Amino acid sequence: MSNKEHHEESFWTKYVFSIDHKVIGIQYGITALFFLLIGFSLMMVMRWQLAYPDTAIPVVGPFIKWLATLNGFASEGNLPSDLYNVFGAMHGTIMIFLGVVPLIVGAFGNYLVPLQVGAPDMAFPKLNMASYWSYLPGGIIMIISFFLPGGAANSGWTAYPPLSDIATQGQTWWLVAMIFLITSSLLGSVNIIVTVVQLRVKGLTWMKLPFFVWSQLVTSFLLLLAFPPLEVAAIFQLMDRIAGTSFFLPSGLVVSGEMLQVSGGGSPLLWQHLFWFLAHPEVYVLILPGMGVIAEVIANNTRKPLWGYKSLVYSSFFLGFMSFTVWAHHMFLTGMGQGMSTFFQITTMIISVPSVIILSCFMLSLWGGSIRFNVPMLFALGWIPMFGVGGLTGLPLGLSTSDIHLHDTYYVIGHFHYVVAPGTIFALFSGIYFWFPKVTGKMLDETLGKIHFFASFVFMNGVFFPMFIQGLAGVSRRLADGGASYAHAADVLKWNETMSYSAWLLGLAQIPFIVNLIWTLYKDKDSKANANPWNATTIEWTDATSPPLGHGNFKKTPVVYNGPYEYSVPGMKDDFLPQTKKMKKGK
Amino acid sequence: MDIKIPYNEDLRPDTGLYNAKLGIWLFLASEVMLFGGLFSSYILLRAGASVWPPIGLDGQSVAHLLEETIGLATFNTVALITSSVTMVMSWVSLKMKDISKFKMYMWITISCAIIFLVVKYFEYSHKIHEGFVPAHDTYMALYFTMTGLHVLHIIGGLFVLVYFVMPDGIKMWDDEPIRFTNRIEVFGLYWHFVDLVWIFLFPVLYLLN
Repeated sequence: MSNKEHHEESFWTKYVFSIDHKVIGIQYGITALFFLLIGFSLMMVMRWQLAYPDTAIPVVGPFIKWLATLNGFASEGNLPSDLYNVFGAMHGTIMIFLGVVPLIVGAFGNYLVPLQVGAPDMAFPKLNMASYWSYLPGGIIMIISFFLPGGAANSGWTAYPPLSDIATQGQTWWLVAMIFLITSSLLGSVNIIVTVVQLRVKGLTWMKLPFFVWSQLVTSFLLLLAFPPLEVAAIFQLMDRIAGTSFFLPSGLVVSGEMLQVSGGGSPLLWQHLFWFLAHPEVYVLILPGMGVIAEVIANNTRKPLWGYKSLVYSSFFLGFMSFTVWAHHMFLTGMGQGMSTFFQITTMIISVPSVIILSCFMLSLWGGSIRFNVPMLFALGWIPMFGVGGLTGLPLGLSTSDIHLHDTYYVIGHFHYVVAPGTIFALFSGIYFWFPKVTGKMLDETLGKIHFFASFVFMNGVFFPMFIQGLAGVSRRLADGGASYAHAADVLKWNETMSYSAWLLGLAQIPFIVNLIWTLYKDKDSKANANPWNATTIEWTDATSPPLGHGNFKKTPVVYNGPYEYSVPGMKDDFLPQTKKMKKGK
Repeated sequence: MDIKIPYNEDLRPDTGLYNAKLGIWLFLASEVMLFGGLFSSYILLRAGASVWPPIGLDGQSVAHLLEETIGLATFNTVALITSSVTMVMSWVSLKMKDISKFKMYMWITISCAIIFLVVKYFEYSHKIHEGFVPAHDTYMALYFTMTGLHVLHIIGGLFVLVYFVMPDGIKMWDDEPIRFTNRIEVFGLYWHFVDLVWIFLFPVLYLLN
């Protein structure tokens, strides 16, 4: 705790191989934002191919041609279908495993959880560093694989065998990178759970934890328990590809008219079970911490306690538990049998209940509040209906009868993008605007923020809503021409241009955000926010040395007396009561 | 660094744990899911096979070879269980503040781990020499993947074991004896888990055929 004997650290130990949770959080944040940008750029290129199939791409055409030639595909500045497959698979992989999860768990979790529980650092600072330094190589391996002959992985982010077993070598790199990423999230999740359980300060009982901490705790359990089966699957697939085993290859498999010379006896369905056993809880890994951010922002900006705090906590636990029992609703069409389908339909319908409870609690929290419409709150308010659309459109996918029609169409794409893009990513933006003054001591510009919000809100819907229309008409996902060769798609293809223009405009809408980040950081004007610019109650605002935060986070270990959302307490002068402020008796 | 993390060696009153102990149990929970995934895959693949071990493309089955190696595997089981016992003894020795006994038990543990690996090496090379490589059939694929991952756990553990008896590792005993004892306890939990996995692997891969 002795900051006096603080010795001068070198650049390397302070900013690169740091064991300080705040620096690691920022490292995660910057890296993940960078990957989000890459993942989104891939999509902007793909949207050209979907709107104007097989025509040369403006601006980036020469680069695509260079990349395609490097990979061994023919291109005249257009996006060849092989490369389209690569981009599709890598868009999903990068967005989920390198962008959103590292941002919301790695960056937000790392930075905020120790502060909100009053801890000087994570429980295991060196493991924390190791976690980042196995995430980054995983990301670099993914990026390098773009330049291999045959390109990066091209079997979709779900990497279904047998296709992925016989795909080009990019798939092997994908698997190796995934093993790095799984290791990273394992270390991170152990760290967060131990920090929450062991390092809560005096007085911070379970039901006084901010909901954000709860959401990170449940998320960490999901990461801890759901990722190992995917690791098993990745190891099996590596064995199939390198050692020639047949874990996922059935007997008598014919490829390009020739019998595959392998022993056979494997099961492609085994991959799907192992994969979705991870990938469904992963959905809640994506959304739960987002809900945590929204809870903090809503309570702070309605200036009243969160409605149904305990219901939120129990719902998130139930959600976490149930998320392990619904994975096969991704597999209704694999012929796994009526009994199995029935079971997974029932659990899927049950799991929608806690999600609805959480959403209802947020809506009811707005009732009677004196709402401050600042940028974080706008994103939070935008999040509520958009997540609602994402959630409700999931119901027809959870029933096997309607899923027969909708499976593998653009409807599915629309559904999960509503959950993750305007859902989680809006929550992330909200969180970035909200905690930026905590991290840097500077307030982001409100006007640029509002431009960012309203443009993103409009164009996100412009991208994703037409997907429902196309999907209901039966347009399949993963078609390199966007369905141009299918007669049944002819009526709805016109939407491709709308979606593509929306996507590019959505890209432009991020420019105010990036400008805002850089400009606010570098402008000389004294924009020093005070320690608690939002008049918040939780420990990180009221007690942490701020900003920038020094080693050890707190000058004096805080002691907690109150719940996390004591806003507008009757009879008090201020409209917020910090968690660490002791109220006199009789009040 | 100059920050002191609470409950690094003393117990938190309401949980009764120090940080690393909770950490290792969480890590082991994740390991249970890893090996759980492997054993579930074994069940699924075996349920789909008409004969077990399956017959490969060369018309051979590994069944006859397995009979021969049951003895070796039994020997290995004994070696690992012994190492688990001596692991506990080395922790107990630290509790009794007897550092020389600790070293002795650690060296026995290390020897058992090395014996296990040597026997495993002969088993692997014999099978590969006879043409039973992982690609031969799904049994061989499972055999090499499951025991291979287990062997990786043993090798990883072996490095840590050796570190604890090297001057660099053991010097913590002089400065922070409680923390060192905790380290041995936490590592011991991992080591018992690795032992336990073998207790499952042995019957599943060698006896139930």
